[in-house]
Amino acid sequence: MAGLKKQEKVIEGILKGSAWFTILITIGIIWVLLYETIIFFRHVSLIEFFTATEWTPLFTIKKYGILPLLTATFLTSFIAIAVAMPLGLTIAIYLSEYANPTFRRIVKPVLELLASIPTVVYGFFALTTVTPFLQNFIPGMAGFNALSPGIVMGIMIMPLITSLSEDALYAIPGSMRFASYALGASRFQTTFRVLLPAASSGIGVSVILAISRAIGETMIVAIAAGQQPRLTLNPLVPVETITTYIVQVSMGDVPQNSPEFRSIFAAGMVLFLFTFGINNLGLYLKRKFYQKYEL
Amino acid sequence: MNFRTYKRISDRSFNIFGFLITISGLLILGIFLFQIAQKGLGRVSWQFLTSLPSRFPEKAGIFTALMGTVWIMFLTALIAIPVGIMAAIYLEEYAKQNRWGRILEINISNLAGVPSIIYGILGLEVFSRTMGLGNSLLTGSLTLSLLILPIIIVSTREALRAVPVSLREGSYALGATKWQTIYRLILPSALGNILTGVILALSRAVGEAAPLIVAGALVYVPFAPSSPMDNYSVLPIQIFNWVSRPQLAFETNAAAGIIILLIFTFLMNGIAIFYRNRMQKKFKW
Repeated sequence: MAGLKKQEKVIEGILKGSAWFTILITIGIIWVLLYETIIFFRHVSLIEFFTATEWTPLFTIKKYGILPLLTATFLTSFIAIAVAMPLGLTIAIYLSEYANPTFRRIVKPVLELLASIPTVVYGFFALTTVTPFLQNFIPGMAGFNALSPGIVMGIMIMPLITSLSEDALYAIPGSMRFASYALGASRFQTTFRVLLPAASSGIGVSVILAISRAIGETMIVAIAAGQQPRLTLNPLVPVETITTYIVQVSMGDVPQNSPEFRSIFAAGMVLFLFTFGINNLGLYLKRKFYQKYEL
Repeated sequence: MNFRTYKRISDRSFNIFGFLITISGLLILGIFLFQIAQKGLGRVSWQFLTSLPSRFPEKAGIFTALMGTVWIMFLTALIAIPVGIMAAIYLEEYAKQNRWGRILEINISNLAGVPSIIYGILGLEVFSRTMGLGNSLLTGSLTLSLLILPIIIVSTREALRAVPVSLREGSYALGATKWQTIYRLILPSALGNILTGVILALSRAVGEAAPLIVAGALVYVPFAPSSPMDNYSVLPIQIFNWVSRPQLAFETNAAAGIIILLIFTFLMNGIAIFYRNRMQKKFKW
């Protein structure tokens, strides 16, 4: 009996160790980014980093202004959300409130397939199909641009918005739906005047998490948006996002421990802080939303 | 137009609008797969699967990248599955709902939202540089293990939660210890759902390129890896490399490589769904 008890304790200890290992990952990420970023800022001033308008660590005259990478990241993410939000939300509303159950049962897994496709594949699609297609209508559009990967990224994150918004609509208590119908409201009125306002914070969460996904997305923009850091909001010219820059340096032969090598950690730090902030906002709102309906 | 007609028209038009949008979502997926098949299907052959990389597009094959992907998948599974399942068992069955328990939960939700390229940076610094594992398969699979760990933990916890309390209580009533109950009863009955989550997580790992590029996977490897310490490339990186080249023949190669990669991911997703359905039939609580 005593042996059994000891065995139980040992096993619990091992399990506990694996769970606490996840904390170690977070500490590791923060430590690595912080450590290298601090060394980086011994060579480059913080003021230059946040205010200079050129990013040319790989040229002879090196300038470290993160702004061009930031604008590109936000430009592509903005386009992605502008595509994903209306489409994803419409599909969520249609599937949860209008579609017949058989249609829903067939369509949902197929749409989820969109989310399981590797992102290099989306990048290929953006570069070889969407860009040439758009060039038919927009004559001045460059081969690498923010618009095409932005749209394709929108298609990629659409299933995320659809499934999280559907969950939010599903979480609204049936009583609210029935009360609205009992007052003589149509399906359309019930959906748009009762359910959507009630689920709005849950839907907000889906959009927030989608934004964070878009900001961190790498391969689509690395393939189709180009590798030219440029401070612009023009979606038709080549730009370089934070993530693309990290890939570009990793694939080149930059000497390790040089400032240009360390710049990927500084860029990574900026990326991490943004996504970390956005994710936590999303998780906070999600907890509040599900508390509201006591789930 | 009276109010009643307005109600009917708004209802009907959204019904049609929603249907059209949903169908166009499916249509995009269709166009997408069709385009890739059209461009690459002619290139998929035994020669393509078994040839080494080459700067001549007609001679180039994906053998080294394919082997790299198989190695990475195997090693990542070996590392991430046990750790992920053990952590999930602790969180679901042992952890108390106190401050430390909450910190663990919030931490895992946060890790799931960290961009994959950041895991690449972590792998580069910790595994490749500090631990001296270099650009090896081991560095790559350790990096991907950290990336998919939160996914495995979350899905395994859901699987464990789905096992009814009555089963546990029955086991305790018979005098079984906590671990005996978990090991002999809860794990076997949750196995189908756990496997589903694990396979989906691995399919995510197979499609990742960004973290591996940062953590030191190579674009060109002359030979297929034969041990965990060897240099390697994987399918998504090989595809990325071909897409980045201007010649049209490489675009064909990229499309053919994508077909092989998609076979991997779709097959894994299919197996996962199959397991889920089978388990749902087997156990009805």
